[in-house]
Amino acid sequence: MGARHIELGLSNEQVVEMYRIMYLARKVDERQWLLNRAGKLPFVISCQGQEAAQVGAAFALVKGKDYLCPYYRDAGVVLAMGMTARDQMLAAFAKAEDPNSGGRQMPGHFGSRKHNIMTQSSPTGTQIPHAVGFALAAKIEKKDFVSFVTLGEGTSNQGDFHEGLNFAGVHKLPVICMVENNKYAISVPLKKQLACESVADRAAAYGIPGITVDGNDPLEVYRVVKEARVRAIAGHGPTLIEAVTYRLVPHSSDDDDRTYRSREEVEAAKQKDPITLFRKYLLENGAINEEELTAIEERVIAEVDEATEYAERAPYPDPESTLKHVYA
Amino acid sequence: MATKILMPQLGESVTEGTITKWLVKVGDKVKKYDPICEVITDKVNAEVPSSVSGTVTEIIAQEDETVPVGGPICYIEEEGSEASAPAKDLAETSLNPVSAAPSTHTNQRYSPAVLKLANEHQIDLSKITGTGLGGRVTRKDILAFIEKGGTGATATEPSIQREAVQPEQVQPTVSPTRSVPAPAPSISSSMPGDIEIPVTPIRKAIANRMLTSKHEAPHAWTMIEVDVTGLVQYRNQIKDDFKKKEGVNLTFLPFFIKAVVDAIKEYPILNSQWAGDRIIQKKEINISIAVATDEALFVPVIKNADEKNILGLARAIDDLARRTREGKLTQEDITGGTFTVNNTGSFGSVLSMPIINYPQAAILSIEAIVKRPVIYNNMIAIRDMVNLCLSLDHRILDGLVCGRFLQSIKEKIESIGPDTKLI
Amino acid sequence: MAVISYIDAVTLAIREEMERDPRVFVVGEDVGVRGGVFRATNGLIEKFGEERVIDAPLAESAIVGVSIGAAAYGLRPIAEIQFADFIMPAVNQIVSEAAKIRYRSNNDWHCPLVIRAPYGGGVHGALYHSQSVEKMFAGTPGLKIVAPSTPYDVKGLLTAAIRDEDPVLFFEHKRLYRLIKGEVPETDYTIPIGKAEVKREGTDITVISYGLTLHFALQAAEALAEEGISAHILDLRTLYPLDKEAIIEAAVKTGKVLIIHEDNKEGGIGAEVSAIIAENCLFDLDAPIKRLCGPDVPAMPYSPPLEKFFMLNPEKVTNAMRELALF
Repeated sequence: MGARHIELGLSNEQVVEMYRIMYLARKVDERQWLLNRAGKLPFVISCQGQEAAQVGAAFALVKGKDYLCPYYRDAGVVLAMGMTARDQMLAAFAKAEDPNSGGRQMPGHFGSRKHNIMTQSSPTGTQIPHAVGFALAAKIEKKDFVSFVTLGEGTSNQGDFHEGLNFAGVHKLPVICMVENNKYAISVPLKKQLACESVADRAAAYGIPGITVDGNDPLEVYRVVKEARVRAIAGHGPTLIEAVTYRLVPHSSDDDDRTYRSREEVEAAKQKDPITLFRKYLLENGAINEEELTAIEERVIAEVDEATEYAERAPYPDPESTLKHVYA
Repeated sequence: MATKILMPQLGESVTEGTITKWLVKVGDKVKKYDPICEVITDKVNAEVPSSVSGTVTEIIAQEDETVPVGGPICYIEEEGSEASAPAKDLAETSLNPVSAAPSTHTNQRYSPAVLKLANEHQIDLSKITGTGLGGRVTRKDILAFIEKGGTGATATEPSIQREAVQPEQVQPTVSPTRSVPAPAPSISSSMPGDIEIPVTPIRKAIANRMLTSKHEAPHAWTMIEVDVTGLVQYRNQIKDDFKKKEGVNLTFLPFFIKAVVDAIKEYPILNSQWAGDRIIQKKEINISIAVATDEALFVPVIKNADEKNILGLARAIDDLARRTREGKLTQEDITGGTFTVNNTGSFGSVLSMPIINYPQAAILSIEAIVKRPVIYNNMIAIRDMVNLCLSLDHRILDGLVCGRFLQSIKEKIESIGPDTKLI
Repeated sequence: MAVISYIDAVTLAIREEMERDPRVFVVGEDVGVRGGVFRATNGLIEKFGEERVIDAPLAESAIVGVSIGAAAYGLRPIAEIQFADFIMPAVNQIVSEAAKIRYRSNNDWHCPLVIRAPYGGGVHGALYHSQSVEKMFAGTPGLKIVAPSTPYDVKGLLTAAIRDEDPVLFFEHKRLYRLIKGEVPETDYTIPIGKAEVKREGTDITVISYGLTLHFALQAAEALAEEGISAHILDLRTLYPLDKEAIIEAAVKTGKVLIIHEDNKEGGIGAEVSAIIAENCLFDLDAPIKRLCGPDVPAMPYSPPLEKFFMLNPEKVTNAMRELALF
């Protein structure tokens, strides 16, 4: 019997790489929380608990070709698409060398032309029509790339979600929309966000397939995103994917989740931490052995240490640069 | 009377239409709203309905002709006289009726542009006639003036020494609220040997007050001679005892002030002030007395002098004079006066024309008491005589009332003799 | 040189740019098969096909948002908002996104987008088909706002807007679409965004305006010339960023300034122009800075006498200009 990843066409090296990136995303995140609590970083917004969905999805896309409109939790996505731990830390410290915005934006506002990652803002949902715009460009120029947009389940209530997907549905544009349903929009739980059962139910309104998938299983997410990509390239239009996960930490460093959910609930979710689960999968399915895996993990920690130090030492942007780049 | 049919507005932003086909011809009868022609515009093809019932009398616009919206296309002779009254054209309400808002005093308001140009070219703005609203001097006016060669220096006033007008000086002199322009000061200059005395604030204040008084009130003057022989005798009689008993010198002044106060009670108009549209007759009788020191003349006030007798007045005079010399006068001491008595006789004057203590109505000076030969009981006698001189504000007072006032004082003083009571 | 209408200049500019640059495309409601409800995109779908002339669903935020994505990719979208009154659902995309893309990405991404919309009244359009919306966006750094008054300016500025690397709001006064005709060269030309133009030289008063009211000012100037009043008229053309130099120069020329626009007075473009003049020209002013604008009511009503009350017209403009000249 072949392991699941083999059947999906993924090699051992690839799934180990998947894990490494998930682990890297987690460690960078943990380091940022530490620095925040130590008073060194004013703001942190996390990916913890959603790494599997993010990395699994990213692996189904074509690096350097497809366009991404991530949202603020997608550290896993951007790391998988070529951004580095150093990039993350430079953004966290708001230093001049930060490739996302030169320190102008809060962390989590990803953007990198080099990596085809569209610059993000804070108003949620605006990125969905943007992604549709990239897909429209693919159609107009008759090119075979897709655009991939992610958002939280709360944002799936925004008008732009409806308008963007409807536009894409009417014109059959190659866009993949993945909602990372982590059960909470800051403090507001799922049943106060959605009038329907699941986000995927909404796809019918746009004439597109809607698929719910276990967001804690990177291979499952990989599978559905890959299928969606094939469909998009074939000209069959958009797909709506709902990856069900759980947000293991508060919304951001400015949130206190003890005010709206129980510790028991969070503990239970931690038992199903996707990183722990996937580590187990790799070892059980012979993709790698314990010693090598530990070595990889140690190298990740070293990378995070190096990135932290680099970013701490890096210079701030020149104050006068505030006035630049309003227009061309 | 044939009605002109016009090209209607067949859509938003449509400005013209082209007749493609006439559906009627001259002589045809049409009812209101019947289509009369087909028109094509940028946006729509339409049929134009007739706006009246009647007979077509003339086609103006031909087929394929383009007519602007509102232009005539044909004439229809209406039947009967019940042509529908055209909807009353609503009166044009113009947002900005051209009304010359009556402006007051704009002719002294100079805009920044005008001031700047006046500065740069050293122009006296009072020389320019304004053609702007309310006589305002406009930028155009001053530019025209400059072009005609007008500058700051004029040859017609050689007597006034020309000073270089500094920019800082130009702004303050133009004060838009002043309705009467300040008289141009004549500037004297010193020669070697002259001593320049700086003007102290007190001197300056006195100067201003004097100027204002003379300027505002038209001064008239009258005088009377008073025989004070009895007063002199009386005073000589009691002065030593008085001094011993009261500790205060008894001069002639309290007697005069008492007489003045009593005369004011008879002729209260002497105790008033000019207030533009009314004369305010003051109730309180507060007598200002002039006290001279080495540097200046002070005018402290005996408040409610009518409530004091000779003793009280003597004390008040003594106190004020002492405090004046010691420099201890308060604001309270020098304000509120309603009539002034000036003891010019103390420095030997026999005739003065005092300046009214603004804003009072009159001022009385008591000249020196001198022995003079006068006719007394039809014989020449040597009597102690004193002149009382009154300067009056001729807006409020006239010769008749002042004459009576002085006469009253004279009678009172001349009745003082050995039997007069001090209390 | 051809004499064409204001709206034909719009169509001409779009068509020529689409011919010249395959990246240019048009998207909006009814822009394709219908050719636009005002016929601004007339004939384009026949020439360029439905891939490049896209009939969008009725969703303004998407029309602008999708265009932003396409522009960021590298295409040159011309998004049409059917009436400026309906731009409101797209404000988030315009202000939060388009205006800030270059700045927030530290010059990594940019957004070469044109959003066209007809604005203005006098067409019985009532409250929601007659609004001026420029003051909502003015003062948003990162955006450019253009409002031409003549066919020549339309062609030159729309071409420039399409070629501009930053987002441009292009407001067309709908009353001028067919009312105004003018000479437009057949050659390729652009007019720089950010530059006002003196439309008439004068010496007594300065009038600063744009759009429909600019024409009223020109008309009034002709009439007033016979009364011996010489008006200097500046057409702003670009409402943001304002051509500060031109404004100052025009104000200083006569010292008397009248700013005219159809939009409400409070917080309108005239307010910013006034501030610029007040800051820079105090010692050249011969009269207080005046503004003649629409009344401060929510919008233009439908009933003819009410619309007439709201709208400016040559008579109101003439009276205001004369009053200032006589001050």
